[in-house]
Amino acid sequence: MSRFQPTNACQRQAIDESRATLPADIVDYIQKVEGQPHPESQLISVLHKIQRHYGYLDRAHMDAVAHLLGVPAAKVSGVATFYHFFRLTPRGKYVISVCMGTACYVKGADKVLEKIREELGIDFGETTRDGLFSLEEARCLGTCGLAPVLMINDEVHAKVSPDKVPALLERYAAQP
Amino acid sequence: MNTHSELIELTIDGQKVSVPAGTTIMEAAETLGIHIPRLCYHPDLSLMGSCRVCIVDVKEMGFYMASCAVAVWPGMEVQTNSPQIRQARRDIVELLLENHPMDCQCCERDGNCELQRLAYTLGVRERLFAGERKRFAKETSGASVIRDSERCILCGRCTRVCAEVQGVHNLSQHGRGFQTVVTPAYGAAMDDSVCIQCGQCINVCPVASFLEKDHTDRVWKALDDGNLHVVVQVAPSIRAAIAEGFGHPPGTPATGRTVTALRRLGFQAVFDTDFGADLTIIEESTEFLKRLERGGPLPIITSCSPGWINFLEKFYPDLIPLASTCRSPMGMTSALAKTYYARKLGIDPAKVFMVAVMPCVAKKYESERPEHRAPEGFPYTDAVLTTRELIMMIKSYGIDFDQLPDGEFDAPLGIASGAGDIFGTTGGVMEATLRTAAEKLAGAPVGQLEFHEVRAVSGLKEALFELGDRTIRVGVANGLVNARTLLDKVARGEKEFHIIEIMACPGGCIGGGGQPYPVTGHLVLDPELLARRAQALYTIDQAKTLRRSHENRAVQQLYAEFLGEAGGPLAHELLHTHYSPKSPRGVR
Repeated sequence: MSRFQPTNACQRQAIDESRATLPADIVDYIQKVEGQPHPESQLISVLHKIQRHYGYLDRAHMDAVAHLLGVPAAKVSGVATFYHFFRLTPRGKYVISVCMGTACYVKGADKVLEKIREELGIDFGETTRDGLFSLEEARCLGTCGLAPVLMINDEVHAKVSPDKVPALLERYAAQP
Repeated sequence: MNTHSELIELTIDGQKVSVPAGTTIMEAAETLGIHIPRLCYHPDLSLMGSCRVCIVDVKEMGFYMASCAVAVWPGMEVQTNSPQIRQARRDIVELLLENHPMDCQCCERDGNCELQRLAYTLGVRERLFAGERKRFAKETSGASVIRDSERCILCGRCTRVCAEVQGVHNLSQHGRGFQTVVTPAYGAAMDDSVCIQCGQCINVCPVASFLEKDHTDRVWKALDDGNLHVVVQVAPSIRAAIAEGFGHPPGTPATGRTVTALRRLGFQAVFDTDFGADLTIIEESTEFLKRLERGGPLPIITSCSPGWINFLEKFYPDLIPLASTCRSPMGMTSALAKTYYARKLGIDPAKVFMVAVMPCVAKKYESERPEHRAPEGFPYTDAVLTTRELIMMIKSYGIDFDQLPDGEFDAPLGIASGAGDIFGTTGGVMEATLRTAAEKLAGAPVGQLEFHEVRAVSGLKEALFELGDRTIRVGVANGLVNARTLLDKVARGEKEFHIIEIMACPGGCIGGGGQPYPVTGHLVLDPELLARRAQALYTIDQAKTLRRSHENRAVQQLYAEFLGEAGGPLAHELLHTHYSPKSPRGVR
């Protein structure tokens, strides 16, 4: 795949718009790798940076990446949907990661999960309508002695049981 | 790399063979007459190695290797056949089948499906694996191309042809594992994507995951409607390929039988798109000579191929002023059927139902464009059948194609020169243009009829011609990756061309997205298959006495009694169109 050279005004305009769409540091990064061979191989790292900045990958961001890196948009969205790490929708204020590793599962993580689903009405990968909570699946947080474990943003909650779930969620929802 | 000149000796199924370094096991086996079963492999596309059907046993390796993807090494000992390998291949195909709808009898590709053929050849006779099957909704919103991902076996041929042959890069695998699905960016509908509707994905698909939008229903209905005057036009490349649908080898011309078959189906008049092609030559040459006199804009780029026009509008919008404003030959023939012809017969144009048989799926999209509607509101072309759809209708009607006597096209829109016939192959429009423009530029009859320099079998050609006191530089490209090469030269001002012919599909219309699936022993995109179809058109051209568009009496009469002068106001209204930039995001 050779580096795409804009040959017409419409393409140049698309590139200018793309520059305006992305944060300046990411545009700088792309410009830095542009001179190197295979700038398209930077696709994943660029997507990482965008997700770190916005919390997810928006279609407009992916389009901009396609234009600036010279990678077809179909490839960008193909890569973005292939890796579980990439999110295509904005995440809530609080991201609940429920550990579904073996130890947590044996200790009843599925029942904790069921309770959260019931309370929030969302499934893995979804966000509540008020934008407060997102639900994610984690594969072993490395604290099996505390099973079942879940994290809400950076805070670890140990030995969670279904009956503790409502109060826990309430506490976060009440935070300013 | 000069290592390729080195010969490597290996053993395949006990036979010694020497092949150049870099040869794959599959290719080496072929030199010995061993055909290793395969599915995702295509010689004209990059290697994918995704289906694993072509596995072979290589001594010293502990596992089966995909023969399409492994280069031979010295002393390699390959076994292509054993009960274990055959069993493994069968298992692989059975696993593909288990994740595939078992509705062969109702499938459009029943009888010419590569998966079906493979399952039969490998001896799959019962179902051993039962399990969950992937479920995806059909995407049928497109004007030309519909997508049925439930049938997809993820061989990746469509994504490869779209990127490597057409340079469009519209398709990619999305998601992972069981949820993997081939779609345009963001899972968009085909018509909302950068798809240029060429239909090459349909051609290379081994199953029926991509198909043309079906127009047969509306044609059957029209034929049964006593209030309509149903007419049909046949594109040049149909006559070079339709016989393949009835078991004939590629390159069997079948003009006369096609005409008779269409009459038997009930069409009231059978016209030749070649007539529109002749007209295109008159109008386009006039446009070219005017631009040449005025000093630009040049080059003039042909506008017959709707896939190319879509590509132009989406990828090279800046070059729109260079494209000829001529409607396609189909568009011209249709517009005249509903004006000139209807008036001649005293029929209400709204009651004329025009069916176009095209080698092309992008023509379906073209026919629905608002630019190709009459001022009264009705479309000039009411339905577009691909060659495949017409073959299906002929079979469905119970017509024995081989027994048909030759028929003649109806006047006046069925009288055409050989220049019109060669429109169906790459370089044909250029050659036809040269036959007419050469004479106009030289100011005297030019003896030369054949211009072999522009027959771009390789996909891309440039040539210089001394016409009169001018040197004319022409470029011909088929397959849009080749077109890009040419267009980038134009955009960067590297070379000054006068005329450029671009056909979206490899080989031109003969390799169109609506052409018959190749008969056994031939592959889609196969240069030999395309060459044979092209030869059929050249043979038809050579057999005609009328070989220059401007010598077509029916065309001359049309101008004299109806259109006025070439490039004049009425000609402009009926025979010309305009384009507009369409810039979906994600254009590469």
